[in-house]
Amino acid sequence: MVKRVVTGNYAAAFAAMLARVDVIAAYPITPQTFIVEHLSEFVNDGLLDSAFMRCESEHSAMSACVAASATGVRTYTATASQGLALMHEVLFIAGSAHLPVVMPVVNRTVAGPIGIWAEHNDTMPQRDTGWMQVYVEDNQEVMDMTIQAFKIAEDKRVLLPIMVCLDAFILSHTVEPVDFPDQDKVDKFLPPYRPDHAVLDPKDPMIIGSFSPPEYIQEVRYQTDETMRNALEVVEEVNAEWAKEFGRDYGGLIEEYKTEGADAILITLGTVTSTARDIVDEYRAAGKKVGLVKLRFFRPYPTEAIRKVASKCKAIGVYDRAVSFSAGGPSWIEARNALYGYTIPVINVLAGLGGRDVTEPDIRLMFDKVLEAAEKGEAENEIVWIGTRGVKP
Amino acid sequence: MDRHQGGETIGITIKTLPEEELFTSGHTACGGCGAPIVVRAAMKILGPNTVTYFPACCLLVFGGTYPHNAFKVPYLHVLFENSAICAAGIKQALNKQGKEDVNVVAFAGDGGTGDIGFQALSGAAERNEDILYICYDNEAYMNTGIQRSGSTPFGAWTTTTPAGTKIGGKELFKKDIPKIMMAHNVPYVATASVGHPADMLRKIEKAKNMKGFRYLQIFAPCPTGWRMDTAKTVEVAKKAVNSGMWTLFEMVDGVITLSVKPKMEPVDDYLKMQGRFRHLTDEQIKIIQGWAYKKNEMDLKFVEAFSEDKKE
Repeated sequence: MVKRVVTGNYAAAFAAMLARVDVIAAYPITPQTFIVEHLSEFVNDGLLDSAFMRCESEHSAMSACVAASATGVRTYTATASQGLALMHEVLFIAGSAHLPVVMPVVNRTVAGPIGIWAEHNDTMPQRDTGWMQVYVEDNQEVMDMTIQAFKIAEDKRVLLPIMVCLDAFILSHTVEPVDFPDQDKVDKFLPPYRPDHAVLDPKDPMIIGSFSPPEYIQEVRYQTDETMRNALEVVEEVNAEWAKEFGRDYGGLIEEYKTEGADAILITLGTVTSTARDIVDEYRAAGKKVGLVKLRFFRPYPTEAIRKVASKCKAIGVYDRAVSFSAGGPSWIEARNALYGYTIPVINVLAGLGGRDVTEPDIRLMFDKVLEAAEKGEAENEIVWIGTRGVKP
Repeated sequence: MDRHQGGETIGITIKTLPEEELFTSGHTACGGCGAPIVVRAAMKILGPNTVTYFPACCLLVFGGTYPHNAFKVPYLHVLFENSAICAAGIKQALNKQGKEDVNVVAFAGDGGTGDIGFQALSGAAERNEDILYICYDNEAYMNTGIQRSGSTPFGAWTTTTPAGTKIGGKELFKKDIPKIMMAHNVPYVATASVGHPADMLRKIEKAKNMKGFRYLQIFAPCPTGWRMDTAKTVEVAKKAVNSGMWTLFEMVDGVITLSVKPKMEPVDDYLKMQGRFRHLTDEQIKIIQGWAYKKNEMDLKFVEAFSEDKKE
């Protein structure tokens, strides 16, 4: 194991190399560009023996991954923002055909107005495409989860594609010390991909994607749903194996931080988690009973894990870096759905949209709102916009 | 530098065409459809060591609506506008598996090729992906109910260019996709027609035996959409060539040759066989005739400019 100081994008690219991907198809988009640049360097320096398709669009990049995956090889791409939006219709095919494509997505705001900084309104709308989504907090997690992603996606109980979501610039362009796993250990952890459900081979003809009448499609939907549910267990297993082999335990579907004895718990996702962890320490030192849950997997959604958390506190706040207009943040909507029947207040805190910094005072305010709800047993406002000009939080 | 290797034909003719059907009977194409003529012949020539791709098009539906299937080789369908890139993805994956000898072919209609599918097509051509792309050109979006495409000719009735009292059919001219593909400087670009089967077979075989990006656009009448007699598919296709409405040529490594010299018969006979042109005024027919002459003149100049003896 070697420790190097690298960007999140470098970690994402290097992880693809460690996973020995067969076919890479990609198109550059800020802030994902370094991923394709690094991969190009690895290929041109002879370090990475992959077919590398430098496509003319993200739509084609995802199409190439789907076609190559359907032919039976390990595939990888990476994108962000508009690129992911352009891929949208292709994403469904990977999900329904059970093609375990792995794709880091550098979370960037989707226009308009056009911007390049962190927001989750690119990945959140892809919720129903049949892709798993894991949100990561630091560059080590980018590396570790990109490798784990292959193992989870290729598990025969799952066979679904997966996005590894990392915040624009905060991770993609920021250097951090990262432990680089040894190749031989990764090889042992992640054996070659040998599918039998999706292989286009003239010696054993198979049709993938035939035009299907209503008599058949509902079962396909059911199977995608079933395998997405299977992933709940597989995520935990793979996390445990990773922890055993590489010494880093991410908690699986969610990570709890000082939730024991907490009255008010904040559920975060992405990089905001790190700052929130500091505030938990600060508040705990001041005698305030707060705790933190880092939501790692958004799909499959860890309903049971969230219920367990809710059953031990008095109020929950859910942080979102995206909003479903008139309905609240996507992560909050999911949490409320999971907590139907629970009587504790569950409030939504929205901040950092368009890449605005989410500062320590912002997060203190979030905890204060949740603490207030815990104390009163109800919330004045269910949806709280924090740090918005002209809007009282 | 030549971007391809091979390209030798061993000379498959109608008589020596393999008997084995890889695209079998039982498919559900309309009577007289030109597309299955293309696909059946191409599959005989390509042989069993082939993987195919179709976009959303007539072929996807009539070639095999689940659980039925007319193909004896694997096929993949992903979406409408990504045939070229999906075929390329299949090929790259096969190569990674050491199956370099497998042919990969995409069959797509004219709309899926030259309109919505053009970006992926152009990208794959620019990268010289090692695939054969066959466009069956029936001059409209037939699968969705005969809507105009960029490939629909001037004056033609379609459901989105109706023969109205103010505007009679399509007001714009047919997009010249083969020439745009030639501009990509790929190893092989050719046009063919189901009305000239010997020429079509030769070109398919030639394309099969080459490497790199190969593009074939095959004129394939659609009696349903063209409002014509289902028994006249081949005759109408022949007339298209004879009247200069469709030109047969090929480009190999930058050298263009004319396959059949157009007789430049008046377009009237060709137009009269099809209900989609029934509403045309004399003035519109004159415009079409003028277009055919002009196209022929340009094509001959084009062929001359890129002929073998002009090659350095």
